[in-house]
Amino acid sequence: MSVLLTDLFLTLLMVLALAAVRVRDLVGAVFLLSAYGLVMSMVWAGMGAVDVAFTEAMVGAGASTVFFLATLLRTVRTERARPPRGRIASLATALALGGLLVVAIHEFPAWGDPGSPASLHVSPRYLSEGYRETGAPNIVTAVLADYRGYDTLIETVVIFTAGLACWLLLERREP
Amino acid sequence: MIREHDSVIVRTGARMLVPPIQIFALYVVIHGHGSPGGGFQGGLILAASYILIGLTLGRQELRRRAREGVLLALACLGVLVFALTGVATLALGGALLDYTALPFPGGGTAARSLGILVIEIGVAIGVAGTLTLIFCRLAKAGEGEEAP
Amino acid sequence: MIDQLTYAAHHYAYWVYVFLLLVGFHAMITHGNLLKKLIGMNIFQTAVILFFVATSTKRGATLPIVPKDAAGTGAAAAFMNPLPHALMLTAIVVMVATLGVALAVLIRIYRTYESFEEDVIQARM
Repeated sequence: MSVLLTDLFLTLLMVLALAAVRVRDLVGAVFLLSAYGLVMSMVWAGMGAVDVAFTEAMVGAGASTVFFLATLLRTVRTERARPPRGRIASLATALALGGLLVVAIHEFPAWGDPGSPASLHVSPRYLSEGYRETGAPNIVTAVLADYRGYDTLIETVVIFTAGLACWLLLERREP
Repeated sequence: MIREHDSVIVRTGARMLVPPIQIFALYVVIHGHGSPGGGFQGGLILAASYILIGLTLGRQELRRRAREGVLLALACLGVLVFALTGVATLALGGALLDYTALPFPGGGTAARSLGILVIEIGVAIGVAGTLTLIFCRLAKAGEGEEAP
Repeated sequence: MIDQLTYAAHHYAYWVYVFLLLVGFHAMITHGNLLKKLIGMNIFQTAVILFFVATSTKRGATLPIVPKDAAGTGAAAAFMNPLPHALMLTAIVVMVATLGVALAVLIRIYRTYESFEEDVIQARM
């Protein structure tokens, strides 16, 4: 039953993504993107990735929408309709890329296979030894903060750098 | 200009909602080892509470509660907490971010659990400060040529 | 026919991922409005995260939060793979940070050239 619901949400995702790209009113496109982020977080929660869904619900449906709207406050509201120039070439490129990816799909493991290569090497060890070694039942937090702590350290620096860059870019200099 | 909302219902509702949101953010950070959550999620919820203040009570109110200098200092503090924990583990003889070298009572597993908690608090402070700072800057800059 | 339907049902998440990837990619290339390009980039990024989350699922498994008495390697098939989830958490937060910087650059572009359209900006440069 939940697989059916997840598939329904996946179909809704395709519709929302197409709509967010095609709508010319930018505020409307931003709100469609917000709905897309919310449905995406529900899809991930349905697939069992609750930490990721938690973060995407905050980010995709919350923070990024507010950032977009803050940018659109006194700037542009609608996209100008362009004459169709170069559409055929870009569509052909996109379809060629899509063809390559579809060929690659054949090689993917079946959905939900516990023996897929991604689940085999070090991941079972994290699941079985994680609580005993780190004292954290939430294995994702244990992996993020303990086993893969270097990635989290550098990522915090990246976020800080992005905030610093945003702060410096928008300094108001008196002429 | 993001100004104060006209309706008294929206303003009062925001004033009532922000403290429970912040307490929930603290809960998500501290209980991140046992339930879905952790530093990033808690930091995002904290930033969302300040963005809610900015959207409903106006940008002046947000500036009064969270100055941009303080937000920048919080962002730096988050990175510093994380990096200083790593330096402390190096100085006490272990590898970088090897929490068993930290002088917490209880031995290996308890030290790692407390090390995870310290890290998550640092990450939450850093993420909250950075995202609120980005929102303040974008909101001020998007207004155009008005005086701040 | 049942074989094809089962195959399609097992791989539906991957098809949606390819479609979303192409929508985001095409939007980034075709549309001249810089904000539309950012929306396309956001769709592209979340599609890649969908792919990673879809490959980390296991049929009949539950969230990767172990009960406090789980032990032994037999337990690994009952929980979703936690490693891609940790990587994707990093990816999402970096996504919002780079979105903040991109919007700051966009505001600066608007201050100088008074437009978001790519060809207008190139003409005024």
